[in-house]
Amino acid sequence: MKEMDKDVVILGGGPAGLAAALRLWDLGVRDLVVLEREPEAGGVLRQCIHDGFGLTRFGEALTGPEYAARFLEPALARGIPIRTGAAATGLTAGRRVTAVTRAGLLAYRARAVILAMGCRERPLGALPVAGTRPAGVFTAGVAQAYLNLHNAMVGREAVILGSGDIGLMMARRLTLEGAHVRGVYEILPYPSGLPRNLLQCLDDYGIPLHLSRTVTALHGAARLEAVTVAAVDDRRRPIPGTEERVPCDTLILSVGLIPENELTRQAGALLDPSTGGPQTDQFGQTTVPGIFAAGNVLHVHDVADDVSREAENLAGAVRRYLDGHLPPCPVAVRGRGCRQVTPGRLAGTESAVLCFRPERPLRGAVAEVIQDGRVLASRRIPWANPAQMERLTAPPLDSRAPVEVVLRHD
Amino acid sequence: MTKTMICLLCPNGCHLTAEADGGTLRRCAGNGCPRGEDYARTELLHPVRNLATTVAVAGGALPLCPVRLTAPIPRERLLEAAAALHRCRLRAPVAAGQVVLADVLGLGVDAVATRAVPAQGDG
Repeated sequence: MKEMDKDVVILGGGPAGLAAALRLWDLGVRDLVVLEREPEAGGVLRQCIHDGFGLTRFGEALTGPEYAARFLEPALARGIPIRTGAAATGLTAGRRVTAVTRAGLLAYRARAVILAMGCRERPLGALPVAGTRPAGVFTAGVAQAYLNLHNAMVGREAVILGSGDIGLMMARRLTLEGAHVRGVYEILPYPSGLPRNLLQCLDDYGIPLHLSRTVTALHGAARLEAVTVAAVDDRRRPIPGTEERVPCDTLILSVGLIPENELTRQAGALLDPSTGGPQTDQFGQTTVPGIFAAGNVLHVHDVADDVSREAENLAGAVRRYLDGHLPPCPVAVRGRGCRQVTPGRLAGTESAVLCFRPERPLRGAVAEVIQDGRVLASRRIPWANPAQMERLTAPPLDSRAPVEVVLRHD
Repeated sequence: MTKTMICLLCPNGCHLTAEADGGTLRRCAGNGCPRGEDYARTELLHPVRNLATTVAVAGGALPLCPVRLTAPIPRERLLEAAAALHRCRLRAPVAAGQVVLADVLGLGVDAVATRAVPAQGDG
């Protein structure tokens, strides 16, 4: 097997991997490679043909392919090595990467590895749905790839389970492609997607959203013929007697995204059960020295712009790591009233951006960073919403005591 | 008339409260930036949206090219515009930014390719 030394190996050529590669290159780190499994870089942006990308990063509304090109074109112009058709299959704690490529099996010995593998969709098998297993059931992202990349229509009469953003996008997309979307069913009493997507993907097309309702069974032999939907109680259990049969030939699942961390686990890095991603410090370093993570592999973001920004910041940290200048991070971070708090550890010697999501929708909230009973930073959040990731900057710290991120009523 | 709405212009998604009086915006609250007021005015009087869809490509490395409009159009014309774009056929190679359909539905906006599609074998 061919074996190569690299300063940095980046696993994944989506928004995170491309932004990290470009920034590292511009910081003078030239001995790097991006490994991308698909035939071209860009990740999920390739199939996200809708606009709304780039509003914070570039100040204009771009479609997914246009946003990807803003990173891919400069990367190619600089000659940054992006190896497509290359699937990383192994990662050790010693930072040895193995990859299946068009040139056969390759191995890289890396000084630093950046995890940028993104996330996957929660599938039907993870849900308590009874009945048959006919054709016609798709995760939203798979349906999106069929429609937007492969020119294949998935069905004519659709039900959407889950109100995640990709499911909302697909409700609109299927309608534009001539299908009829009967409705979106959400098990929670509030929507999972962003309010702006509820408006422009459902309300604009008269597609109903049913809250506190879920799909409990599938019907059909070869092809889906109907689903049973039922109301749920406050513990998300179906309420007997509320079942309703909804005829459809297609069920689209938009029931959550899970960071893709097979390689992270292989390397022995510890995961955070609340995010599904690796535990990291404020420099994006996992519990395995020299292995870093950014983007949806770390925690699922709302918009790609935030992924790019996180990966660009990470590139700065990786540059410092290669130079031997990354400080230790002894200060633990915890959340109260919020979940998915990242990073989990801070240096204390410099400021750090803390990301978190509210536990539940809360109108008139305030978020605070607290250490030793002292409020170090705070911000009002008029409409706290689990669908919206919030950020707060912790200043440099005098103490090594744990830091708490608290979200509460103002 | 008072209406609450969510601004679609950026991911902040500001919750706006707009007061209109016979086609004039009297007051707008909740907007985090000045663009929110313009949004509220348009949304109250005549909502507009952009449209993104795909157009079939012959002889390309990909079977489809994603397209969008150069400016938003009245919301009630979206399905009609999508249907007009479905009738289009492109031949590879397609350049990013290339006009796919000029003056869509006579609305004065063009549909443009949002990526390049090289000819089959060139990609």
